[in-house]
Amino acid sequence: MEPSLASYLALSGILFTIGAVGVIFKRNAIGMFMCIELMLNSVNLTFVAFSRYYADTTGQLFVFMVMAVAACEAAVGLGIIIAFFRNRQSVDVDDASILKN
Amino acid sequence: MASDALFFVFAGFAIACAISMVYHRNPLYSAISLVGVFVALACIYITLAAPFIAAVQVLVYAGAIMVLVVFVIMLLNLDEDRPLNRLRFLYAIGGGLGLILLAQTFFIFYAVMKAPQHSVEAGETAGKTMSIGQAMYTEYLLPVEIIGVLLLMAIIGGVVLSRRLSQPQLELVVDNELDKRHQEEEKGDFRIAL
Repeated sequence: MEPSLASYLALSGILFTIGAVGVIFKRNAIGMFMCIELMLNSVNLTFVAFSRYYADTTGQLFVFMVMAVAACEAAVGLGIIIAFFRNRQSVDVDDASILKN
Repeated sequence: MASDALFFVFAGFAIACAISMVYHRNPLYSAISLVGVFVALACIYITLAAPFIAAVQVLVYAGAIMVLVVFVIMLLNLDEDRPLNRLRFLYAIGGGLGLILLAQTFFIFYAVMKAPQHSVEAGETAGKTMSIGQAMYTEYLLPVEIIGVLLLMAIIGGVVLSRRLSQPQLELVVDNELDKRHQEEEKGDFRIAL
C-alpha cells in the first residue's frame, strides 16, 4: 500500500505555491534564487511520482536534466549577484533600477 | 501503511521547512531551511523507488548548490532583509497568486483522486541506476551532450562574470592590444588588421 499519485501531486503543488509566493515577497536576490530552486524541486517531485506510477524511466532522466540546468543557474545567478553587490553594495532587487525610465 | 506514514512525515517536514524558508528574513536561516526541504524530498524519492535521483538530489542540491549559496551569503556578509516598506501591492499580488495556485493544486488533487487508479506493480526497474544509465547513453544521448555544452557555457559565464578589472587595468589591457596591433601593422602583417 502506497500513498496515491494525487498526494504526491498535492505536495508538489503546495511546495510550488510556497516558492512562487516567496519569489514575490522576498526582496533579497539570494532569497528569490532559493525560492526558484524550491519551485524546480517541486517540479522534480512531480516527474519522479509520474515515473513511479507509470513505470517509465524518462521522468527520472528529465529530473537529471533539470538538476544540471539548476546547477548552471546557480553558477551564473550567483555570479550575477556578486557582480551586482560589487557595484551597489546591496543585493536588494529594488536597487536594481538603473534601466528604469 | 508504513509507506503512508513515512510520506506524511517527510511531506510535513518539507512543507514546514519551505514555509520557514520564506518566513525568515535572515538569508542564512533561509538557506538552512532549504537544505531541510532538499533532504526531505530526497527521502520521499527513496519511498518512490528512485534511489539514484535521491542520491543525486543530496549530492547536487544539498551538497553543491547550497554550499555555493551559503558561501556567497558569507562572502557578501548579508544582513537581514529589510521589510517591504514600499510596493505594498506586492502583498496583494502574492496572496492572489498563492490562492490561485493552491486552488489549482486542490483541483488537481481531486481530479486525480477521482480518476481510475493506476496500480503499481511490484519489482519495478524504472528507478534502477542501470536502467537510467542505459537510457541516458543510448536513447537520450543528444540531450546529455547538450547538457554538457550547457555546463561548459555556465563555467565560462561564471568566470567572465566574476572577473574584475578596475579602470586602470582595463585601460592597460586596451593599450596593450592597440600597441600589438600597431606593431603588426608596421611589420606589414595584416592578419590581425584583416
